[in-house]
Amino acid sequence: MPDAIMRVWRGDATGGAFREYRVPTDEGMVVLDVIHKIQATQANDLAVRWNCKAGKCGSCSAEVNGRPRLMCMTRMNLFPAGEPITVAPMKTFPLIRDLVTDVSSNFSVAKTIPAFKPGRAEADGAFRMMQEDIDRGQEFHKCIECFLCQNVCHVIRDHPENMPMFAGPRFFVRLAALEMHPMDTDSRAEYLRLKAGLGFCNITKCCTEVCPEHIKITDNAIIPLKERVVSEYYDPVVWLVRKLTGK
Amino acid sequence: MALDKYETHEHDVIVIGAGGAGLRAAIEASGQGAKTALICKSLLGKAHTVMAEGGIAAALGNVWPEDNWKVHFRDTMRGGKLLNNWRMAQLHAQESPDRVKELEAWGALFDRTPDGRILQRDFGGHRYARLAHVGDRTGLEMIRTLQQHAVHKGIDVFMECTITRLLKDGERVAGAFGYWRESGRLVVFKAKAVVLATGGIGKIWKFTSNSWEYTGDGVTLALDGGAHLIDMECYQFHPTGMVWPPSVRGILVTEGVRGDGGTLKNALGERFMFKYVPEFFRAETADTEEEADRWYTDKKNNRRTPDLLPRDEVARAINTEVKAGRGSPHGGVFLDIASRRDAKYIQRRLPSMYHQFKELADVDITKESMEVGPTAHYMNGGVRVDADTAVTAVPGLFAAGEIAGGLHGANRLGGNSLSDLLVFGRRAGLYAAEYAKNFKGTPAADAGQVQALARACLEPFERTGGENPYAIHQDLQECMQSLVGIIRTEGELKKALEEIATLRERCRRIKIDGNRQYNPSWHLALDLHSLLTVSHAVTLAALERKESRGGHTRDDYPKTDPELGKVNVVVRKVRDELTVSREPISPMPDELKKLLEGDK
Repeated sequence: MPDAIMRVWRGDATGGAFREYRVPTDEGMVVLDVIHKIQATQANDLAVRWNCKAGKCGSCSAEVNGRPRLMCMTRMNLFPAGEPITVAPMKTFPLIRDLVTDVSSNFSVAKTIPAFKPGRAEADGAFRMMQEDIDRGQEFHKCIECFLCQNVCHVIRDHPENMPMFAGPRFFVRLAALEMHPMDTDSRAEYLRLKAGLGFCNITKCCTEVCPEHIKITDNAIIPLKERVVSEYYDPVVWLVRKLTGK
Repeated sequence: MALDKYETHEHDVIVIGAGGAGLRAAIEASGQGAKTALICKSLLGKAHTVMAEGGIAAALGNVWPEDNWKVHFRDTMRGGKLLNNWRMAQLHAQESPDRVKELEAWGALFDRTPDGRILQRDFGGHRYARLAHVGDRTGLEMIRTLQQHAVHKGIDVFMECTITRLLKDGERVAGAFGYWRESGRLVVFKAKAVVLATGGIGKIWKFTSNSWEYTGDGVTLALDGGAHLIDMECYQFHPTGMVWPPSVRGILVTEGVRGDGGTLKNALGERFMFKYVPEFFRAETADTEEEADRWYTDKKNNRRTPDLLPRDEVARAINTEVKAGRGSPHGGVFLDIASRRDAKYIQRRLPSMYHQFKELADVDITKESMEVGPTAHYMNGGVRVDADTAVTAVPGLFAAGEIAGGLHGANRLGGNSLSDLLVFGRRAGLYAAEYAKNFKGTPAADAGQVQALARACLEPFERTGGENPYAIHQDLQECMQSLVGIIRTEGELKKALEEIATLRERCRRIKIDGNRQYNPSWHLALDLHSLLTVSHAVTLAALERKESRGGHTRDDYPKTDPELGKVNVVVRKVRDELTVSREPISPMPDELKKLLEGDK
């Protein structure tokens, strides 16, 4: 196999550049393997986040040849042999160093989401829920928090100033999971409208395209949430009833 | 005072590690009113728990009403070859159903039975289908549920922060010292009580299902801090890891594949597990393929398939088949569910496995067999704790989850780990908070202690010498894989001790380039202390246990020795040296003994 030619972004918040590394490869390697090889043999201090190396933890998000991906699930044979492959950090988040970005804004959003508020369990302490009623919720629970959807969403990618008022696709998925949980008793419509900035999303589906868990973020989470907000706040019949009853 | 030089935080309870056990401990401690910190090496939600696949063992009795804690207790003890701490096994079996229901009340969505209750699946060594699960991503559901529950509890979370040493005030614990991975700044945590929930040590082996975090930090913190380890030799090699392609070797293939009907075959197409049923399990294991296949749907009239013998048995059997030349092309055996279940069922029950093999190995598991082989997976032994309170030998120091030894004895049953995290995570948090509440005075670590730790931390930048930490780690993994692997002998173990000593010497010559900001080579250089310490402990313990039991197999002592079944192998650090001894296990009360008798 010819050596891989890797162009890896090196630098920190003050600046940096792509550096080229030539790396011998083996069959079946993924991009993260090659990055590790560079780290072990050519650039010991190359910063990269990773954990499971099996597509389950969502730590090793990066932009490979410009496309947001998990490095551990991106096979080297996806790319033409011998052609340079660029690996860059996620663009939307502030850079810490090399391929590592500051994703703390996501953890701040998570704190503001109104928690699960369950109804009463059965006498045995457990809920009764039918599988078909939780299928959609389970789809949303597949999210591994790789934040690739946040990274690719142009509402914040192109306008970082929107970040404080826009929860982003990852958290729309979380909110949809809560709203559709059969045992949940809370309503998060006001939060969605006023705090989460759901209205900013104009359903371009970029998030859905990059989701490594293949969650249909736009169709299954965002659009139903938009419908929920619309029927809560902008339904003329509901509006009229509220006006008349004063509720 | 010199301590003021460092960023300092003060809490009643600090929890180190934010997987299932750490999160559950922090939730409990905080719920008890303790000011609680949760400190983790990675981002929140990325801990190893996220990789758990098959399920949480709990005798809910939803699928088989015959199931109850007594059967679960019996299965756990027998799976552990009776080396288990019986009191832990009892508490675990009794409390895990409540812990699972609690997760559901916090928002978890488990797969359902037709009448809307939590569905349970078959797993190795469990008499009844017992594992609450979500497809094959149960760990993700568990960690996310705990994480989302915890963020509303006022716990202070310190992410990407590595603890290198516990602080002591005389005999008792006084806090912890570490560094921020992002900036390299040093940080001091003062605390009345410390809970260790740092997981295992799998990164000392080359082929492992474990992530980079599993460097044995917590075990080393405990040992350096004065706590004791038990049964470190009984390490679990999971029978089914991926073997091909080379770069993914070791990645876990859930036991759920076999739980849902998959079977192991050798190159001749034989279902070889029928040849490896040990006497200990013969009475409860099917001896024909027909009976084994019927067992999935009729447990009353049939005995369990040998494909679902406990993990130690299956791993050894695979090892033997491969050595005898009946392995698969890449040195494993075949795991076949494609010919036994339809594609839709496989994709619904095992979506991650489908995805993993498709993307990483170009194998469609609904059409072809997987190639699998043993992979380092789980530390059955660990820090010795009191069963009820999870306290270690050090006052104020608690341990829960994989890091704690005892519950699993010589071999853990699949599914008993996630329930362990919840049951003992909660207990550790509860008793740590209680200890902190009753604490008189303020814990004080002297400034000299902290300064010495700071110096040690920064030393790798100042040294001369050309050693590379990655190369040392790689050599350690080669050494442990070849000399302290599944099958062990005295000669090889002694050779391993020599190699570990040489590697430790080499560590003194590590020179780190670059600065302290997010520098993984520096992080690894510091982790090597832990990696070498736990490797040393495992090897010493493996030399001491001159028998084969559970996860520990000695080629030179292939039989189980009943006398050694009455002792724990204990490792301590005394005046900077590791010592090893045998210490008796406390006798089991008669009412529990009765549960082990008979085929109940």
